[in-house]
Amino acid sequence: MKKHKLSLYQLLSLLCFCLIIAAWCILTFGGFVSDLFLPSPLEVVRKIGQMYREGTLWANCYESTKRVVVGWIWSVIVALPVGMLMANSKKFAAFIQPIIEFARYLPVVALVPLTLLYLGIGESQKYTIIFLGTFFQLVLMVCDTVSSVDQNLINAARTLGAGRWQIYREVIFPASLPGLMDDFRLTIGWAWTYLVVAEMVAASNGLGYMILRSQRYLATDTIFAGLILIGLIGLITDFLFRVLTRIVAPWHERLSD
Amino acid sequence: MSDIKLQAIDLTKKFYGTAGEVVAIENVNLTVKESEFVMIVGPSGCGKTTLINLIGGLEEQTSGEILLDGQPVKGPGPERGMVFQGYSLFPWLTVQKNIEFGLKMKGISKSERAEQAKKYIELVGLNGFENALPKQLSGGMKQRVAIARTLANEPEILLMDEPFGALDAQTRVVMQELLADISQKTRTTILFITHDIDEAVLLGERVYVMSRRPGTIRDVLDVNLPEIRTHDCLVLPEFLEAKKKIMDMLWQESQDAALSR
Repeated sequence: MKKHKLSLYQLLSLLCFCLIIAAWCILTFGGFVSDLFLPSPLEVVRKIGQMYREGTLWANCYESTKRVVVGWIWSVIVALPVGMLMANSKKFAAFIQPIIEFARYLPVVALVPLTLLYLGIGESQKYTIIFLGTFFQLVLMVCDTVSSVDQNLINAARTLGAGRWQIYREVIFPASLPGLMDDFRLTIGWAWTYLVVAEMVAASNGLGYMILRSQRYLATDTIFAGLILIGLIGLITDFLFRVLTRIVAPWHERLSD
Repeated sequence: MSDIKLQAIDLTKKFYGTAGEVVAIENVNLTVKESEFVMIVGPSGCGKTTLINLIGGLEEQTSGEILLDGQPVKGPGPERGMVFQGYSLFPWLTVQKNIEFGLKMKGISKSERAEQAKKYIELVGLNGFENALPKQLSGGMKQRVAIARTLANEPEILLMDEPFGALDAQTRVVMQELLADISQKTRTTILFITHDIDEAVLLGERVYVMSRRPGTIRDVLDVNLPEIRTHDCLVLPEFLEAKKKIMDMLWQESQDAALSR
């Protein structure tokens, strides 16, 4: 019964994509909109094929994914301990929270000139943009996830003789793991948004760069190819995170049914 | 007096909130002897949970003293094992790993942990469920795990905060009999909190009756029932007599409370 239900949901998800593609076909093949605004699916597929033959498909996907992943991993590495500390020390939270809240509202785009000035046009500038775009949000999310660990579990552990460090390692960390995976999954999505910002200036490859350059030549088909590729990579990332969450937290209720 | 295990002396706890000072419990005095099964019964909101949290070290008293084997207690510790109404099992650990938790914290080797866990899995009748996750268990079974987890630590005293409050009536009786049996077998000292008079009389050798807020001990009553407590005790004249006494105390208590308002 459950299996059957699951496949129904999957069918519905597929149906959504099919409807969008169908509408796209009708609009383009039916001649309702000009190629300039919306190229047909066929042209976009052809474009992707051409990129594949030219060897730019993998190169662009690889460069962009690398930038997203490296920038995001740095963000995770720093945000995890800072967020956990914030959740467990009121003093530390009082010290650091104002600056994080302040920085969170700074538009990353406005920081691009400074990153260029400080870091030049190399890869580290791109990583930094993605880091800045995700870190301040992620810290607060980690703090929130960690502080929402059931106090009763912590109390139970204390009465069972667990010390402060043991409570961190044996209770707070495993208990917040599913929530943290969710936080990570969301922020890596945002990292793709900031990728385009990072590749807007001083990049010579990557999907964001490809999209922005196409604007100049009105190469709408390339723009759509880029968007679809980013979307696909996003879907794959999301899927990987779900699988990973299932592996690291198989006990988690929400995923079991 | 060397057989006194736990002693609370003039225990008072005040909370300071937006509504000002709230006295949760006031001048509570009680003793629990070695291997004794002591119940505390009282209406909801009388500060029972606060009292047991103080003894367990999860909260700190405003004044008064708690002595375990004559030594003042401070903070939580494995020698005062607690069982909560909400089970508080670690959902990522199997039944066996949950039961081994306290032993792992003590740094006991894996093989020794497994041996100890096996003993308590048997005691609470969870054989065959060693590798199940908490989410796969019913409420009664979850509480069996929680009891085994606490007992595996071999605490000096077992503190139980309405442990069967969330269970259905049938399961509750089964669990009460199981606990009576465990108490007989292990001779563990138990302090058990409930609002259920039947439960208090069925399980307790002595029953402390608490008053409404500010909570304090109103009376204490010895229960003269057979050593082996089963559901058959529920219809004995001695049971009904004790139950009536406590009901009268609590009724009188609510009358007093209403009049003083």
